[in-house]
Amino acid sequence: MAERIRWIRWQRTRAIAAKDLRVELRGRVLLNQVIPFSVLVLVLFGFAVDDDGIAQRVAPGLIWMATLFSLLVMVQRTFAVEAADGALDSLRVAGVDPTVIFWGKAMALAVQLAVLEIVLFAAAIILFAPTLRVSGVALLTATWIVSTAGLALVGTLYGGLTAGIQGRETLLPLLVFPVVAPVLIGATRAVESGLGTTGAAVSEGWPWIGLLTVFGAAFAAGGTLAFGPLIDD
Amino acid sequence: MANAPAGGITPTHDTGTRVTQVFGTLAALGVAWLCAFGLLFSPADRDQRESVRIMYVHVPSAWVAYLAFGVTAVASALYLLRSSHSLTWDRLAGASAEIGVLFMGVTLVTGMLWGRLSWGVFWTWDARLTLTAFLFVTFLGYLAVRRLGGTQHQRAKRSAVLAMLGVLEIPLVHFSVRLWRSLHQDATVARIDGDPDLDGLMLFSLFVGLIAFTLLYVWLVIHRQRALVLEDALDDHGLDAALVERRAEAALQGGGR
Amino acid sequence: MTSVDLAAGTTVDDGSRPAVELSDVVAVIGGFPVLAGVDLRVERGEIVLFHGPNGAGKTSLLRLCAGLLPLERGTGTILGMDVVDHRDELRRRVGLVAHANGLYQDLTVAENVRFWASMVDADASEVDGALDRMGLRGRLADAPIARCSAGQRRRTALACLVVRRAELWLLDEPHAALDAAARDQLDEIIRAAAASGATVLVASHELERTMALATRHVEVRGGQIVELPGG
Repeated sequence: MAERIRWIRWQRTRAIAAKDLRVELRGRVLLNQVIPFSVLVLVLFGFAVDDDGIAQRVAPGLIWMATLFSLLVMVQRTFAVEAADGALDSLRVAGVDPTVIFWGKAMALAVQLAVLEIVLFAAAIILFAPTLRVSGVALLTATWIVSTAGLALVGTLYGGLTAGIQGRETLLPLLVFPVVAPVLIGATRAVESGLGTTGAAVSEGWPWIGLLTVFGAAFAAGGTLAFGPLIDD
Repeated sequence: MANAPAGGITPTHDTGTRVTQVFGTLAALGVAWLCAFGLLFSPADRDQRESVRIMYVHVPSAWVAYLAFGVTAVASALYLLRSSHSLTWDRLAGASAEIGVLFMGVTLVTGMLWGRLSWGVFWTWDARLTLTAFLFVTFLGYLAVRRLGGTQHQRAKRSAVLAMLGVLEIPLVHFSVRLWRSLHQDATVARIDGDPDLDGLMLFSLFVGLIAFTLLYVWLVIHRQRALVLEDALDDHGLDAALVERRAEAALQGGGR
Repeated sequence: MTSVDLAAGTTVDDGSRPAVELSDVVAVIGGFPVLAGVDLRVERGEIVLFHGPNGAGKTSLLRLCAGLLPLERGTGTILGMDVVDHRDELRRRVGLVAHANGLYQDLTVAENVRFWASMVDADASEVDGALDRMGLRGRLADAPIARCSAGQRRRTALACLVVRRAELWLLDEPHAALDAAARDQLDEIIRAAAASGATVLVASHELERTMALATRHVEVRGGQIVELPGG
């Protein structure tokens, strides 16, 4: 019996994630708007930094800064989709378990974030020419996975709180940015180690992966518990 | 009182009672004592000379800021976990957060001044200062969420959950900042909380400062919490008045039928 | 309804309790009492029309019954479930279609209905049944909501209610922005729903039309119910 309940919840979580991704496929907002925006942020950083050597060194940080700015846009988008026609209300009225909504939307957000980060990484390589090394690929991949998970979870959690009602959306950056600071610190250091931009060795990056994993686990648990009370208006 | 509204709140001018008077007096004495010891009796530091005296404000402020955060966290947990869901805990959490933000601001500003005077820089990216800055912003977010509106219990639930998330987040931020700064073991980088060698008298003065500021904190929180009680009661009272008005509106519209 | 839906449920609803039972209910939005002491009793299978001036509280009343607006004072049960204690469970049995339809603009009609079906584990035959009842079969089923008319969207929203097996239908100005044919269609749908056991509460300005439709009508004024004699 408990098995069946768990399976049903998993089905519903998948359905919500699939719905979000299908909406994105039709609307192509990520593709047409958010990704260009994020690459533009990188380019603007290039203008601001104005020094090839420095830009190459700080490229990892710039990638994650651009990711964070894009995260804000994407979180607002994923809940705007719900709010547009009162769908979040409908989800709540339908009595869908908030945990299911949380994980479904977080999963969909994670997929979109993962795509965004790949594009940004490639753009950074092109723009700032840090060197890639084979020994760092495993570390970079791990960073990609763990950071994306953490950011998606935090974004969905606070996005639910600030969604929809006018005057609340501006709270999202204020709430999210302090919380994702560890991801910014850790992911940047890990990518630096992976690329070797500051002379860091690959081995120095793995402790950061540990930190990022703890972060992800903490917000997986915290988000699961907190999402319901936070969206309950 | 002759002009008190029927079934309403008795107008109050202040939230003081015997308890606050006691705490207030003690706090005032403590602050006076601190001034005496901090400014006069304790010696100047060998290296930093007189500017070390900022420490007597900076360190106690930091202590109170963290204490306030702790109180907010515990009060939030109590609101959520106890089945009575008493709003008293929520108001305590809110009052402590407001006072905490105040002391945190003082901590940051005095820290910056101290750094400027002693080492020539307003800011260093040292772990403690950075973490305090984060806590400050987190508190601001918490206070902003408290103002989102809704019923008193909605406010309480939302901000209590947020406080719990803050408790989750702070160690994560702490460790990542610490780990990060440990990569920069630069001997020439000045450290704000330079921990000057403290002789007995300086230590004692610092201790006095901690006590005085804690008393000050308690006094402020009691007052603020009572003010919040009054604000909530005013809202309720406002609701009663609004109900009367709304019902009158119905009668008015029905008059012509 | 599969038994797993009631996995954590402790409510007992044997269908004997009235659909709606509110007693001196006060609800507040931003400090303002949108509902100022509502007393209401609706039996199952009724079609009740709520009319009244703007700002009277009709929408708020429906939202309260949907479990979206919290109760500030008073007591209430919907379908036998307490509005405060069993809010989550009552939400599952209730459907609300308001000015916003609760639909995803970029998805098709059928995809919307299928999504809601997946939320309650309804199978494909129920989806087809719902689409049939609302006249949404054929090419229309694959049209994106963004390109549908107001009437089609309204019917899609109702199809979602059907597929969710909602027992209490809350319709806020359902006739708004619909042409005459669509309105007739809507009335048929409402009658059919009531005939098959659902209770329908309609808030509307369309007095003539909905009076003919409703088994009872009720006026809302100043956040309270003022019942007209003779229903």
